[in-house]
Amino acid sequence: MTDRTDGAKAVSNEDKVKVDLEAAPARAIASDSQRPAAPTPQDVAQVTSPAIADPILDVRSLSLWYGTSQALNRVSLVIPSKRITAFIGPSGCGKSTLLRCINRLNDLIDEVRIEGDVRLEGRSIYDPSLDVNALRKRIGMVFQKSNPFPKSVFENVAYGPRIQGVNDRRRLEHIVESSLRGAALWDEVKDRLADSALELSGGQQQRLCIARAIAVEPEVILLDEPCSALDPIATAKIEELMMELKEQYTLVVVTHNMQQASRVSDYTAFLYLGELVEYQETEKLFINPVKKQTEDYITGRFG
Amino acid sequence: MGDGLTALCGGALGLNLLLVVALLSVLIYNGVGYFWPRPVTRLELADGAVVLGEILDREPVFESLDAGVPAMRIRVKVGNRDLGGADFRWIDERDIVSRSLPPQAVVLERVEWGNLYGTMVELRRGDEVLSTGPEEVWASFRLLRERKLDEIAVARRLERKEIGAVNHDMERLRLERKRLEVAPSSAETPAALRAIEVEQGRLESRFEALSQRLFDLREDLLAETLIVEAADGTRAEVPMVEVVRAVRPNDLGTAQASRVYLSRVWEFLSGEPRESNTEGGIFPAIFGTVMMVFIMSFAVAPLGVLAALYLREYAKQGPVVRMVRIAVNNLAGVPSIVFGVFGLGFFVYLIGGTIDQVFYPEALPTPTYGTGGILWGSLTLALLTVPVVIVATEEGLAAVPRVVREGSLALGATKFETVWRVVVPAAAPGILTGLILAMARAAGEVAPLMIVGMVKLAPALPIDGYFPFVHFERKFMHLGFHIYDVGFQSPNVEATKPLVFATALLLVVVVTAMNVVAIAVRNRLRAKYASSAV
Repeated sequence: MTDRTDGAKAVSNEDKVKVDLEAAPARAIASDSQRPAAPTPQDVAQVTSPAIADPILDVRSLSLWYGTSQALNRVSLVIPSKRITAFIGPSGCGKSTLLRCINRLNDLIDEVRIEGDVRLEGRSIYDPSLDVNALRKRIGMVFQKSNPFPKSVFENVAYGPRIQGVNDRRRLEHIVESSLRGAALWDEVKDRLADSALELSGGQQQRLCIARAIAVEPEVILLDEPCSALDPIATAKIEELMMELKEQYTLVVVTHNMQQASRVSDYTAFLYLGELVEYQETEKLFINPVKKQTEDYITGRFG
Repeated sequence: MGDGLTALCGGALGLNLLLVVALLSVLIYNGVGYFWPRPVTRLELADGAVVLGEILDREPVFESLDAGVPAMRIRVKVGNRDLGGADFRWIDERDIVSRSLPPQAVVLERVEWGNLYGTMVELRRGDEVLSTGPEEVWASFRLLRERKLDEIAVARRLERKEIGAVNHDMERLRLERKRLEVAPSSAETPAALRAIEVEQGRLESRFEALSQRLFDLREDLLAETLIVEAADGTRAEVPMVEVVRAVRPNDLGTAQASRVYLSRVWEFLSGEPRESNTEGGIFPAIFGTVMMVFIMSFAVAPLGVLAALYLREYAKQGPVVRMVRIAVNNLAGVPSIVFGVFGLGFFVYLIGGTIDQVFYPEALPTPTYGTGGILWGSLTLALLTVPVVIVATEEGLAAVPRVVREGSLALGATKFETVWRVVVPAAAPGILTGLILAMARAAGEVAPLMIVGMVKLAPALPIDGYFPFVHFERKFMHLGFHIYDVGFQSPNVEATKPLVFATALLLVVVVTAMNVVAIAVRNRLRAKYASSAV
């Protein structure tokens, strides 16, 4: 439990460190973020948001506090169906926090307070009558650090279906195979299904986590810096896989790596200090950003 | 400086290892040799007396310590308690005229009165003499012995199985009758009582018949007697059936001696104690120890693991939980005898007494559960060891990374499913480590058990062939207590000293064996859940 509050503190501390360490522009923005005269989010949204034809997720003026430190400030954005949306921004900007609001994983952390709303296909996910576990079955997640369960490869993938009450061995075998094929891992592990998942390489473990996520047939898959612990070859495989997955799933990916965002994503949101600075079609955001902060970040002037 | 520190640390470790080796060596040296047949020496003394026995010790005579070459004295086990009294004799070596190792000297291990040292002179059946002379008697004794062993087995089966079953049924009927008498009478009561009486009559006549058969068998068994002449010429008459083992130790080759050794060790491991625990085996104590530890494990594992799960996974971390944790840790430091007293007051008197009143009123005032028994002993030790399991389980749970739990939750698993299907399996090696420590502690604990059910000599094992087969209310024997009892409470402390070491060695072996099994299980789990990447 203590590590959770530590985690929350770390966010705010990182904010401070950033502010202290970064050069003048960051400082200027930091003071700007207290913004006595800043434009309202609605204004910002009009200038810096793309037109989305087929939305699936609608984040509405979402604010989040860890204890007393604010991690998200009135973030609003619409995420399109069957596309890849990337969240970029420097460490501690709130992009992972925003991602974890979408499947309500932040609920687990003590002393978290959330305002605003997230709607999945029009229905609020913070509706008290909503079953969180059912929600999480619809919104899968892949974590920064691969986290296979200490079970066999097969049982890892079968875990989600089993939770949903699938116990028929043949059906499980079918799900495991198609999920592993879907995660481009089948050929590598088909003879090692009974081995411990922890014996796989880092890249294989991460693809196993993706297979595990798609085994429950979610609508949305959240990926929290899925490649940050992987070498370039493994990263390329995951990126290729993401491109394939968007045929069927909506992908939201948090990444540190701007090349990755520009390579794989259709839409990109730039967050800074808990605020959504700019949200555009990826091409537009990287080639022709509206906001100065975005340009500074993507050209490497800070962050 | 650094080298010095390394040497110091290495030295400390070396000292610890040395202690372990010394401990095992002392136990093995003193305990294992006891079963080897030692030569029987015939000593002629200056005053004309003749002594036959095993020489055990040799030491300087105290009065002559100042002399240049001190005089020595030897300790001889002369046995023959029924003839001479003392089992042991100190003899000054200056008084010894001659020593010899007569090949015909025989050691008879007997059911009663301990060892008999002497020479076989006659084998009789009633008044009929079957053979005379040491060699002839030895040969015919060994022939007859085979047959006698079968007869003994038959008699024992009759006594244990058939008469035992009749006794068991009679006790059951007695209780049934009492239950009917205690309960408010109804229309069926008289009929039921009559049925019981008929049944009792039937059993009694069967008992009579069986007793008669046993009596006849005994008659046959006791027919053959062995006349043995002790060193001083007195003769002892020993019924054949009372001989547990006859050995001519001066006449043994290594192979034969090994056979005697193994048969003695086997008797020690598998037999029942004789002569108020100074002879025979310690099987009931081994059985009691292992069964007690098993019951304890079954009680402590769920109790400790569930408590730790609540503390670590469900309880809101705060000052209260911290206090509980400190209290649990301190519980491990409470003197064990205090747990014994608690077990007596809570389990035996309160719970056991209540069970007796509710379920066994017909047996009262004889308590069934309201007295010490293996269940209460095990539960008392479970309480004693539960802090160990809680602490180890908590550590195991804390070591399961948060991302793994989140991975499960993100798949739509509930908190319970996550804990049960991911966290607990991942923490299983840690939990088993706690259980191993608890078992080791429980197997060695004696003090609290002395007041909640452990006894010097239990009449029956806690598991037998009578319904309900496992008798949790029965008293039990325990290796730890047996060591103390044999070493310091027995009528023949001198003779049983080696047994103290042998039993202690066995306790170490039993504890180690249980731990090895548990560790093997844990390592298999570890290999299965190789924790490399998490």
